[in-house]
Amino acid sequence: MSNNSKIDLDTLKKLGKLSRIPIDKAGSNKLMEDLNKIIDFIEQLNEVNTDNVSPLSSVTGHNLPIREDVVDDGNKNNDVLENAPEKNSGYFVVPKVIE
Amino acid sequence: MSNLLQFSISEVLSLLEKKEFSTKELVETYINAIEKTKDLNMYLTTCFDQALEQAKISDQNYLNGNQRFLEGIPLGVKDMFCTKGIETTASSKILKKFIPTYESTVTQNLLKEGAINLGKLSCDEFAMGSSNETAAKGEVINPWNFEEKRTPGGSSGGSAAAVAAKAALAATGTDTGGSIRQPAAFCGVVGLKPTYGRCSRWGIVAFASSLDQAGPITRNVSDAALMLQVMSGYDPKDSTSSNINVPNFYNDLGKSIKGIKIGIPEEYNSNGISSDILEAKDITINFLKENGAEIIPVKLPLTKYSLPVYYIVAPAEASSNLARYDGVRYGHRINGNSLDEMYENTRNLGFGDEVKRRIMIGTYVLSSGYYDAYYLKAQKVRRLIKNEFNEIFKQVDYLVTPTTPTTAFKLGSTQDLLTMYLNDVFTVPASLAGIPGISIPIKLDNNKLPVGIQILGKDFDEQGLLNVANVIESCASFKDTPNGAAS
Repeated sequence: MSNNSKIDLDTLKKLGKLSRIPIDKAGSNKLMEDLNKIIDFIEQLNEVNTDNVSPLSSVTGHNLPIREDVVDDGNKNNDVLENAPEKNSGYFVVPKVIE
Repeated sequence: MSNLLQFSISEVLSLLEKKEFSTKELVETYINAIEKTKDLNMYLTTCFDQALEQAKISDQNYLNGNQRFLEGIPLGVKDMFCTKGIETTASSKILKKFIPTYESTVTQNLLKEGAINLGKLSCDEFAMGSSNETAAKGEVINPWNFEEKRTPGGSSGGSAAAVAAKAALAATGTDTGGSIRQPAAFCGVVGLKPTYGRCSRWGIVAFASSLDQAGPITRNVSDAALMLQVMSGYDPKDSTSSNINVPNFYNDLGKSIKGIKIGIPEEYNSNGISSDILEAKDITINFLKENGAEIIPVKLPLTKYSLPVYYIVAPAEASSNLARYDGVRYGHRINGNSLDEMYENTRNLGFGDEVKRRIMIGTYVLSSGYYDAYYLKAQKVRRLIKNEFNEIFKQVDYLVTPTTPTTAFKLGSTQDLLTMYLNDVFTVPASLAGIPGISIPIKLDNNKLPVGIQILGKDFDEQGLLNVANVIESCASFKDTPNGAAS
């Protein structure tokens, strides 16, 4: 890997932490190589002058529609819980977070 | 009636109306075709019992003269669309056994008009891929020269393959950077990516929300018109869907293209493009000239920056959208000793390699210190690309380009990431600009594989796009059938 790699092992571990995807030792070199390849590729954009250009985040060309703000819980409690891996008394169940 | 699989949607509708055969017979024929083409690995889930129940209703409606717009049309649905009561996985292990309690707006629109869902079609995991090789349940095999095991393209590989193999009369797809058009080209069928906002995204598994758009994959252009008409429309549940009139795409087909201006962008010519594809482009240009269109060479110099923009914007949005897969509310959970460990175990085993890479790239370009240099920069270049299209559409009415640089390659033959990404080099620009595009088959190459040509148009001019495609289609008269198709 080249010396000017943007993503080193520390950065990779940080990304793994932020995205909740654990980095296994065996695959970390290959992953770093792949990610740096992509970073090198996207850095082509530095060739483009974007002074005074405003960023484009949506192509719809229309403003977001506004609707009446009504109180409505959807009455979908059972639907929402339908696919939960673990549920109890109308709630999702997760591993204990408070000692 | 001999072989029901040969008929297009419009033919089937008229034959059903004349009671030449029943919807039940039609659906049974397609179920049989799906069984016969099982080795192509196209369907992840089938719902034949429900389809046969629906067929009964359709037959009753024909009997009473109450038939709806797509009454009795058997469809395959890409596994990115949530379908009520039918497992929806986006081809990912993390959504294993997820049974939606609701129907996506687009599939609901189709069902409401009498279309019948045969089952869910494979795709790349979370629609991230160009070869269908990232699908959790294994890749789909292209029905063309099926013994050579070629890619159907991706991400809507199952959809395009199923339509080509006659295992569905038509299918739904989604296109984020070419995922409808590229597989349509590889499988010799028609694929239409509508304008961003034409079809509701509600109930479609989100990949990159500013780019995702649903569209039809069909045997021919008029079928695409029929499907699009039903799939389109404003939906208050998708704030980006456009409240704009949906034309009668099918009835208005067949207009002359005399005098219209077609731009041929010189930049859509690079990256090891095959000579067969350049030849198909020249053939298409001649068809257009013969029909009175004016051909104008144009320049779109920012084209080469579209892929780099895409590989910032799409992963960034994906990393955010895919944060929801945490093993808490739906999908697959792998337990751990703490909440964090549960998240990590779930995501580690639930996501495939390509999805993980894109989440990490997305996380990187959005992270503090890098946001301006990557994400904001990409959004600015995206603006320039959109502007470039706006300017060119002041000079010409449509653009004609190859859909892909190559025809379908062999599964497993592309190991390099960037080489794989280059598959979408001609389809990504329209996705970034939000404009509509259609791919139609023109001819077979030297290996007897289909070659597709792409037509791009202005925002919400799908009608014009379909008209131009219709003219090219009738000139090309592409009638070949893949050897892997059901008969």
